[in-house]
Amino acid sequence: MSIIKINNLSKSFGNLEVLYNISFELEAGESLVLLGRSGSGKSTLLRCLNGLERVNTGDITVAGHKMDYESSKLRLLRNDVGIVFQQYNLFPHLTVAANIALAPRLVRKVSKSDALTLAKEVLGQVGLLEKIDAYPSQLSGGQQQRVAIARSLAMKPKVMLFDEVTSALDPELTGEVLDVMEKLAKSGMAMVVVTHEMAFAKKVSDRVIFLHNGRITETGNPDEIFSSPKTPEFKTFLGAVG
Amino acid sequence: MRSFGLNEIWYMLQATQWTLYLSILTFVLGGSVGFFIALARCSRSRLLRAISGLYIQIFQSTPLLMQLFLIFFGLSLIGFRLPVLVAGSIALTFWASAFLGEIWRGCIEAVPEQQTEAADSLALTPWQQLRYVILPQASKIALPPTIGFFVQIIKNTSLTSIIGVTELMRASTNMNNATFEPMKVLAVASLIYFATCYPLSLISRKLENKLNVDH
Repeated sequence: MSIIKINNLSKSFGNLEVLYNISFELEAGESLVLLGRSGSGKSTLLRCLNGLERVNTGDITVAGHKMDYESSKLRLLRNDVGIVFQQYNLFPHLTVAANIALAPRLVRKVSKSDALTLAKEVLGQVGLLEKIDAYPSQLSGGQQQRVAIARSLAMKPKVMLFDEVTSALDPELTGEVLDVMEKLAKSGMAMVVVTHEMAFAKKVSDRVIFLHNGRITETGNPDEIFSSPKTPEFKTFLGAVG
Repeated sequence: MRSFGLNEIWYMLQATQWTLYLSILTFVLGGSVGFFIALARCSRSRLLRAISGLYIQIFQSTPLLMQLFLIFFGLSLIGFRLPVLVAGSIALTFWASAFLGEIWRGCIEAVPEQQTEAADSLALTPWQQLRYVILPQASKIALPPTIGFFVQIIKNTSLTSIIGVTELMRASTNMNNATFEPMKVLAVASLIYFATCYPLSLISRKLENKLNVDH
């Protein structure tokens, strides 16, 4: 059963066409990595999947929700779709526990004590239980990003979206975040990951899509796509990132 | 003829009470209206933004003194004779709400857009986003300029003396008329204003520094 189904998606900002005729499907439990140079449209595509960006044409179905920009329908979809951003975007005025508990409390109407249990559970998953009472500003970038992942997990999403989540981190901090994501993928979470981490793409993903100028230029499973790239664009890209 | 002594100073201090009551009333009422003006300014509705924008422009682009005259003398011309204290409060409330609305709009917009995006992605409703994510952060940013504006309110209540509210400024004029010692009277009045406003300015500046360090 496919958890994401995209059909003929196109999007432009004014006259600038950023995504053109994108179609793909993702099965439940699979992880998909989106590759491409800056400006290739990969982040925009990711943000179309939870309605942060609106498409001009095309059908999107994510976690059983057909994309509808009416706000209550959009919230239903976002209930089941988590997203983690490059800049963490934790709420600076709330503790780690409160950051995590906020949406379950408000959206899922979970009780206070259940929300705390939930916070402990997801913090355990990202290995940061001891930081439960800290404020975001007291954490390193890597820790903040793991809390951001935990915050999304607390909503028990069916799909997780990752938007260049290690790009703002020092190299020695990217590992801890990628480890959490790898564990998550292995546990069967459906994921779409925009990243520049080739090792992660090769090791963890079930499928890779290479975007060039807003089009799917190459797609396949990581074993074949990395060893025998077909298009000159993807060859050049692989040459540049190593 | 009276000389300027302790009794006269005491009279002025008594009148200072009214300066403070009027300031607090203006702040509470102006703040309440200003809060909704700020929300309207940040609203998604173009109409609400336009109306609140016009409201702010009207009260920011005309002298407070003129607003006072219009509400007190203007309304009495068409048959509504308001007590001076009521007229003064109304005029100050309009004026303060316009300025506070604009100050707070800036504070709400100073909260990074990514915060809204994160809250949006967690399926919070627009009202929940405002209540639990945006306003707590905006109010922290708003504290120093708000206290700073409260100082402006205290000083500008002196304008209501012209329509006859017996606050500190009016009391000083009365004492001057009775004693003909303008330098002494005005020196004491200035000192009282200063003693009220300066500590607030200090607090405002302290908070501002603290906030800058936090970032």
